[in-house]
Amino acid sequence: MAEITLKHLRKTYGKVVAIGDLSLDIKDGEFLVLLGPSGCGKSTTLRALAGLEVLDRGRILIGGRDVTALPPGKRGIGMVFQSYALFPHMKVADNIVFGLRMRNVPLTEQRGRVAEVAELLQITGLLDRYPAQLSGGQRQRVAVARAIVMQPDVLLMDEPLSNLDALLRLHMRAELKRIHREVRSTTVYVTHDQVEALSLGDRIAVMLEGEIVQCDTPARIYNAPANRFVGSFIGSPPMNFLSGTLRTVDGRLTIERDGARIPLPPARKVTAAPVDGTVLVGIRPEHIEVTAAPAPEAIAGRVVVLEPIGAQQLLTVRVGGDTVKVTTSPEFQADAGEQIWLRFNPDRIRLMDAHTGAALLS
Amino acid sequence: MTLRRLGVYSAAVVIAAWVLLPLVLITLAAFSPRDTLYEWPRRIIPDHFTLETMLFFVRSAGVLPSVLNSVIVAVLTIIVAFLISAPAGYALARYRFRGRDAVNLAILATKMFPATVLSIPLAVAFIRWGLYDRLIGVAIVHATLSIPFVTVIVSSVFVGISFELEEAAMTLGSSRLQAFLRVTMPMALPGLAAAAIFTFVLSWNEVFAATILTLNNRTLPALIVNSVLAAGAPMHYRFAGGFFMVLPALIIILLIRRYLLTLWGVTVR
Repeated sequence: MAEITLKHLRKTYGKVVAIGDLSLDIKDGEFLVLLGPSGCGKSTTLRALAGLEVLDRGRILIGGRDVTALPPGKRGIGMVFQSYALFPHMKVADNIVFGLRMRNVPLTEQRGRVAEVAELLQITGLLDRYPAQLSGGQRQRVAVARAIVMQPDVLLMDEPLSNLDALLRLHMRAELKRIHREVRSTTVYVTHDQVEALSLGDRIAVMLEGEIVQCDTPARIYNAPANRFVGSFIGSPPMNFLSGTLRTVDGRLTIERDGARIPLPPARKVTAAPVDGTVLVGIRPEHIEVTAAPAPEAIAGRVVVLEPIGAQQLLTVRVGGDTVKVTTSPEFQADAGEQIWLRFNPDRIRLMDAHTGAALLS
Repeated sequence: MTLRRLGVYSAAVVIAAWVLLPLVLITLAAFSPRDTLYEWPRRIIPDHFTLETMLFFVRSAGVLPSVLNSVIVAVLTIIVAFLISAPAGYALARYRFRGRDAVNLAILATKMFPATVLSIPLAVAFIRWGLYDRLIGVAIVHATLSIPFVTVIVSSVFVGISFELEEAAMTLGSSRLQAFLRVTMPMALPGLAAAAIFTFVLSWNEVFAATILTLNNRTLPALIVNSVLAAGAPMHYRFAGGFFMVLPALIIILLIRRYLLTLWGVTVR
């Protein structure tokens, strides 16, 4: 059990900056997800934490111990690779026991611990097989078993579910959550899948171009993205962004767009004033209400398409030069080209700087 | 489509005949009675088969010692070649380093150098270094000839084994060396064995350097060439010697042919 401190990590490959200047504190027992598009440096960060990458500078502390210069085997970590990296020439049992053998754990204890993790991951029946004889999901379980049998202080996972089909991924996601609850190792989990991140993480660190853009709880990441990138990366469909103007009308912050005026609740304050009043209005598809009649605070738009997606429908609306996605009830009906009005829930509106994309509203 | 197939098959038949016909003829001759070989008109298939010709060859002066020499040279060649090629192949497969492409090119370039040009300076140098007429000298030359091949094969073997496996072993407490020995090595072993056998055949069959660099300690091909050219050995000695030379290569290639194919498949990729 250990907390992790990353201090000013930097890693470059020639002229390519993989990690710029990354600092992060991870609490003991926490499940932290590193989330970002490919090439954002999340895997590099994880590999640096594992000791598989040599940093240009920065320090890594695990449980208060400086491990920056230690080899992977001495850091008290366990790692699950994207490709599982099971040893193909060893049986499942030998794969799992490999690390214990390297540590010279007594034989009887080896057997006990293998049996224990095999039980936890429900692979007891597979111990005599070779990795080639296993399905993808079973290999995944073996890879996790091999990592946690070491009882690592820190469990590292590099996109562990990305090689599984959709249904199995859903199942293993829940399994990983259960296993984390039982093992309680501090876990750092890398993924580019925002749904995985939201469902698994105690906290999510969203990364872009080698920097952490926002590190917060899944709810905060989802509801209060720190900038335009986070808003458009998280959520399916992602947050809508429309240009608008911010004014103070009758002492209240008001957004204007195409003649519509949306007054914001008095409790909400701007953290920084936009340069010329132009802002990006961020709103999630589920926080927009569609009405058939005009209203002063409703923005006019035209229906492009309506797509049923099971429990909801996804409505695409053209608003001036912007496209807005709205989730509606399954009963909602509209024809293409039809004029409708959109009402934004003022409590849920995020305002971003039109130039920097950074959030402006508390 | 059928025309094309016809073309492919006839090409295959021609190539197979090109390779097989001499082998068949030499094999038949090696098991023919001595008289048959001198008869005119020549009979392709003798009226009876005999071991007499082969036994005559094996019992000839110098043959058995030179077989032993050949084996020793081949084994030394494998050792020397692997000492250099195995780390080189591993490095080429695992690391991106400055000059990596240059090394790859240099490996190819050595194959462009005609050994004939080097032979006289090499013989002179070996005499000076006291390597002339010694088996290790021949082995060094054979190793030089085989290192490009072995390096390419070895690196393709290691490329085929994911580095992530070694990394996984390291996260499980192995040192880099332990990870290599416990994970990569066992998986690479069949491929490395194939490369070793390949080297063996290369050395066993090599005539030119062996002839120039030895006098009394002849390897088998050098002995046969010398017997034929200098002493004018009789027909049946030639056929039996030829068959004896071809035999190990045939058996070995037969045994590892599938493996060699996949090896080169990986190399091409």
